[in-house]
Amino acid sequence: MAEKKIKIIIAKPGLDGHDRGAKVVARALVEAGMEVVYLGLRQTPESIVNAALEEDADVVGLSILSGAHMTHFKRVKELMDKNGLGDRLLTGGGIIPTKDQDKLKDLGVGKVFGPGDDLQSIVDYIRTWRSSQGA
Amino acid sequence: MKGPTEKTMDKKAWEKKFRDSGLREADFSTISGRLLEPLYDWDDLADLNLKKELAYPGEYPYTRGVHPSMYRGRLWTMRQFAGMGTPQQTNQRYKFLLEKGQTGLSVAFDNPTLYGWDSDHALSIGEVGRTGVAVDTMEDMEILFDEIPLDKVSTSMTINAPASWIFAMFLANAEKRHIPFAVLRGTLQNDILKEYIAQKEWIFPPEPHLRLITDLMAFCADHVPQWNTISISGYHIREAGSTAAQELAFTLADGFAYVEHALRAGLDIDDFAPRLSFFFNAHLDFFEEIAKLRAARRIWARHMKERFKAKNPRSWLCRFHVQTAGCSLTAQQPELNIVRTALEALAGVLGGCQSLHTNSMDEALALPSEKAVEIALRTQQVIAFESGAANVIDPLGGSYFVEKLTSELEEEAERYFRKIEEHGGVVPAIEKGFFQREITRAAYEYQMALSRKRKISVGVNEFVNEDERLEIPLLEIDESVEKDQVRRLEEVRKRRDNGAVRAKLGALEKAASGTANLTPFLLDCARVYATLGEISAALISVFGEYQEQPFF
Repeated sequence: MAEKKIKIIIAKPGLDGHDRGAKVVARALVEAGMEVVYLGLRQTPESIVNAALEEDADVVGLSILSGAHMTHFKRVKELMDKNGLGDRLLTGGGIIPTKDQDKLKDLGVGKVFGPGDDLQSIVDYIRTWRSSQGA
Repeated sequence: MKGPTEKTMDKKAWEKKFRDSGLREADFSTISGRLLEPLYDWDDLADLNLKKELAYPGEYPYTRGVHPSMYRGRLWTMRQFAGMGTPQQTNQRYKFLLEKGQTGLSVAFDNPTLYGWDSDHALSIGEVGRTGVAVDTMEDMEILFDEIPLDKVSTSMTINAPASWIFAMFLANAEKRHIPFAVLRGTLQNDILKEYIAQKEWIFPPEPHLRLITDLMAFCADHVPQWNTISISGYHIREAGSTAAQELAFTLADGFAYVEHALRAGLDIDDFAPRLSFFFNAHLDFFEEIAKLRAARRIWARHMKERFKAKNPRSWLCRFHVQTAGCSLTAQQPELNIVRTALEALAGVLGGCQSLHTNSMDEALALPSEKAVEIALRTQQVIAFESGAANVIDPLGGSYFVEKLTSELEEEAERYFRKIEEHGGVVPAIEKGFFQREITRAAYEYQMALSRKRKISVGVNEFVNEDERLEIPLLEIDESVEKDQVRRLEEVRKRRDNGAVRAKLGALEKAASGTANLTPFLLDCARVYATLGEISAALISVFGEYQEQPFF
């Protein structure tokens, strides 16, 4: 029997319009056999977590190149925990300095990817996370 | 074109020797995937009437440059795009750059400002001052340009959706400082079509935005004659992942759409076309970029003269700013970005740009530090004063390769123009997602080429330093910026004449429902310190908001 597809929400929170990375990653994840729901631009933490609940997503991926990553990741994580999605993976990417990556880790956010990271490494990371969940 | 005689040269013999030489296993296409011959020669130019295609610099069709003297007359303007934190901090950065020899200013606004929202809007949280400077009212303009001689330094402002009311604040500030509008020089990006296509920062549906742009063109023709009312931008299209040909074609197609809109509104082409300017990307593929810039001048001139029947030669000129490619910068071994930027900047110069921004090495990591910005500016100075690139006009003119590429890019752009026409024009093509899909596909193909190592990015997918540690200082935006900005905004709201603000906003709303030129009404709002967000709200109540259908 085929394994259940990994379902991922991809969203651009806040005001950042740089959607190249989000779209390229979305497409790579689909080609890797995952199911992607792309919410598009100007999402709020509430709209993202609502979508994750509705879709029963395994993974939430945020793309932020505006410098507002600390605010948005933190809020999405809080809402995920509050809504019973604490066991789902919150990951993402953008222009995120190493120092902030460490702070995000402390908040319970997974790995965040940056410019130059290979698409395959994102696919592998999500697959590894999924198998560590014993699903 | 005449080449050496058959007797002295045997191309077939060379081709055989070439094939027998043992060739490297590599991808020899351009970064845009354009297939290249190993060698170009006179045969490639046989079909071109070079005298007609090239002419002289400052002569139609301007392939070799917009000015007869180009950099022998005046170097390009060294204009570094800058803005961060509060208006005070950005004002300090401008003074720093001017002191280091920069010759023009370029304002980067933060995301809330780019969307026309105030710093205390619910969705502005976490974004204030992050990617540029926050401007909420005319008071912020007063601080931003404090002690900067606006009658002497030209100012470029990268703002689009709320461009007309940011510009109104700029004008109101000039007026307060007794600087006549007629001496103001600079550029407003004001290019909404590429927002729908690539940068994604819009407020209203296309039609009211286009009206505001046409209104501003008409107003400036009468009152701010030295101002470039629009900077039709391919930069963001390229950054979103397009090819060189797509950047060229989509940008010029946007330009034609603005011209058509203004003509429909009854403006005379020669009244507004001389103030149209352009903004292109300089990416890594050196020769293709130079060819793209040369092709842009030729295509624009031909369409303006032959299709739109402009009479004033200034209407035919594709004058442009160039910025090196942000998307070519890597977070890995960031010092290498200095080299990438230098190559790209040289392409911009050899392509005949009027002004140039060089990116800083740390921009894949954060907003640039002072040190990084200084190196970026110095890179332009090395090109201008040490490399010899500014000594001769269009030094690659006549190169078999560059001329062939220039013609190919022109042909490819024309093919795209026909496709856009088939979609019913630029706005319907946007609404159908045509541009967005073309760009998304190109971006994905390039990313896959990197993934498969068909394309190499040094330090990223080859020549990687596994134990790399970041050794350059990064700029941080303090969280107090948002609080300070919001506090000052609240103070302005208390201090100003709120009765006057309500009256002017009401007048604006009424005018927006009619057909009057909105620029004077926006200026009235700015003068009484109406906020950016209040003006946006007044206009949204008439024009509505735009939503994009997400896809990938």
